[in-house]
Amino acid sequence: MSSIQDIVDPANLVYEKTTVMNDTPMHYCPGCSHGVVHKILGEIIQEMGIQEKTIGVAPVGCAVFAYKYLDIDWQQAAHGRAPAVATAIKRLLPDRYVFTYQGDGDLAAIGTAETIHACSRGENIAIIYINNGIYGMTGGQMAPTTLPGMKSTTSPNGRDQQLEGHALDMSKLLVQLDGVCYVTRQSVHTVGAVRKTKKAIRKALENSMLNKGTSIVEVVSTCNSGWRMSPADSNTWMEENMFPVYGLGDLKDI
Amino acid sequence: MTEEIIISGFGGQGVLSMGKILAYSGLVQGQEVSWMPSYGPEQRGGTANVTVILSNERISSPVLNAYDTAIVLNQPSLEKFEPMVKPGGTLIFDGNGMHKLPTRTDIRVYQINATEYAYANNASKTINMIILGGLLKVRPIVEIENVLKGLKKTLPPRHHHLLPLNEKAIHTGMDLIQSFTV
Amino acid sequence: MTKHSEEITLMKGNEAVAHAAVRCGCDGYFGYPITPQSEILETLMEIEPWKTTGMVVLQAESEVASINMVYGGAGCGKKVMTTSSSPGVSLMQEGVSYMAGAELPGVIVNVMRGGPGLGTIQPSQADYFQAVKGGGHGDYRMPVLAPASVQEMADFTVLAFDLAFKYLTPTMILADGIIGQMMEKVILPPFRPRRTEDEIREQCPWATLGKTPERDPNYISSLELRSEEMEKINLRLQARYREIEKHEVRYEEIQCDDAEYIFVAFGTMARVCQKAVELARAEGIKAGLLRPVTLFPYPTQRVSVLAQTVKGFLSVEMSAGQMVEDVRLAVSGTVPVEFYGRMGGIVPSPSEVLNALKTKFL
Repeated sequence: MSSIQDIVDPANLVYEKTTVMNDTPMHYCPGCSHGVVHKILGEIIQEMGIQEKTIGVAPVGCAVFAYKYLDIDWQQAAHGRAPAVATAIKRLLPDRYVFTYQGDGDLAAIGTAETIHACSRGENIAIIYINNGIYGMTGGQMAPTTLPGMKSTTSPNGRDQQLEGHALDMSKLLVQLDGVCYVTRQSVHTVGAVRKTKKAIRKALENSMLNKGTSIVEVVSTCNSGWRMSPADSNTWMEENMFPVYGLGDLKDI
Repeated sequence: MTEEIIISGFGGQGVLSMGKILAYSGLVQGQEVSWMPSYGPEQRGGTANVTVILSNERISSPVLNAYDTAIVLNQPSLEKFEPMVKPGGTLIFDGNGMHKLPTRTDIRVYQINATEYAYANNASKTINMIILGGLLKVRPIVEIENVLKGLKKTLPPRHHHLLPLNEKAIHTGMDLIQSFTV
Repeated sequence: MTKHSEEITLMKGNEAVAHAAVRCGCDGYFGYPITPQSEILETLMEIEPWKTTGMVVLQAESEVASINMVYGGAGCGKKVMTTSSSPGVSLMQEGVSYMAGAELPGVIVNVMRGGPGLGTIQPSQADYFQAVKGGGHGDYRMPVLAPASVQEMADFTVLAFDLAFKYLTPTMILADGIIGQMMEKVILPPFRPRRTEDEIREQCPWATLGKTPERDPNYISSLELRSEEMEKINLRLQARYREIEKHEVRYEEIQCDDAEYIFVAFGTMARVCQKAVELARAEGIKAGLLRPVTLFPYPTQRVSVLAQTVKGFLSVEMSAGQMVEDVRLAVSGTVPVEFYGRMGGIVPSPSEVLNALKTKFL
């Protein structure tokens, strides 16, 4: 058995944290998917060598503080307006990598118009869409993406479709738009899934320089705090309940 | 010298463009000018009007309620603006379709049957120029030469071949206008 | 690029804004059509400045998107603007507040029409409170310029950008349907080249142009959850507003020297009142006009000085009486301050205004 000294010996290290990610303690709940997606983003930006050319747009929602964790230039947008903000940045600075990082409340509820029109115009931006079916930041209220029967603080008896409508599948909706070149749905709950998501986000960023239109990477995620479950149970619950509704895989890739 | 003019008629009669040509003519001869249209859906059907002011001094209000000259091309316009002509001012009307004619005796009233003439002579596109010609006959506030320069500025180059036609219409208007006795 | 000439042209106030924007080195325009100001976007689309200066022009899906595009562009240190009319400007208020909070420069033109609600498309000045007192949430102010001619529509487009970048604040041009729609003579401002990215990096070190190794990441945000820190931000903003009040008051006086009664009016109403002054003087009434050019900062000091020598003020507005409150604050009860206004898109005529003066004071 190796000693702790052996393990931390630089020659034996097998993993290094991306330098794009700083040491600011994250405000995310333990078990949350956001931290993993942030790490992936940082790694991609470092691997592509585009730290100086990347501008992120943070939403309102749990990821509102995304700008604190990744050492790139950021703008924090009003709730739902990230695609409009990103539109202007990309149009004014066409040689920059511009992405939005939005949750399902931001992208699929209050910002639906901005999302659809940025995609319809085919803005050359990447949209990273974290879908956990709930409003995490405000304490677990129902989102447009909340599953039928799913409990939240504003659907305490489970979402009643007669009363509260249906789960909104934004990716399926955005696939139809001519301005969109790439829509994929991934997750980050296993090592394999993380790898796939990383590939997808990298592709989305690369697309943004090819004048192909908008790329959307939906990451079906857990919110163990909002869901009132342990992180491990959340992953199982997501596999059993979210994936049947929000199926993983590429929906469009031109 | 300041000339405050209202031109009013149905949308499509060329009211706004007549005002624009007048304003450009004033510009060409170095005057201060203002062109203030009624705007909105009325431009496309209802009654449209435009206030044009030509002056040798800085123009204060572009909005007026008394005019030196009123040019009215339909009944509602006549009824609205006849009372707003300053005493001693000028009223020009096109009698087409009008059943109640001007009544004031403290102003100079002129009739110009431009619409009737234009339709009889297949020249409906130049009604406003005929009327402008009439105006210039009785109120020579701008030189015809400057009107033609102004017209050139308002017409897109692809329509410049129509300039002689418009010049002819101005002269037609000068012949057509006549004093109206109340 | 067309060479600048001192050529006098005849154009609408709306068109003047578009031409002036291109000429003053504006980087981007984002807007949504609404009467009575759609000619601004139409003119820009006709000029196609992206082919000459490289300026971006984009028709957005809404006023909400427009103002957030302005936020995004301004965050990159770019000179960006939007224009709208009253209902659209109401939709923008969230974005204006965010810009104020994030200390972003940008220009918003409101060519006012009558409200409330969808109201009318005819001219109005009933957005004074919204513009001057802060229409969005939170303690913020912004410079508000009130053009009274087509020439000023052009000039203030340039000035608004200068103020916005000097004080890092959204800046509003508060016009009305008449100023937007009327044609007058105008001398357009000279061409200024758009700033290069190096110039922006130097002038706006906070801009998000991409993090370079020499500096920490820049981020544009109005969020600060720690109350003590948030109060500090507020105090900084308030200090800046005091600076604006100290240095940027602008107004015009017409025949105020010997005036016994003074009209106070801005924009189109100032033009109407100027004519009313002419009519009054012809009748031997010593009337004058004070025209605030900046509505924030308001010429409070000047009003209070004039209050020492006149018998009364008449605030004339196309509203139910909004600016009159600022006149009363400045006069502070020393002489009567009366109000006359029309609503719903009706523009009071010069003689109507003069009659109001006579009725209230003589």
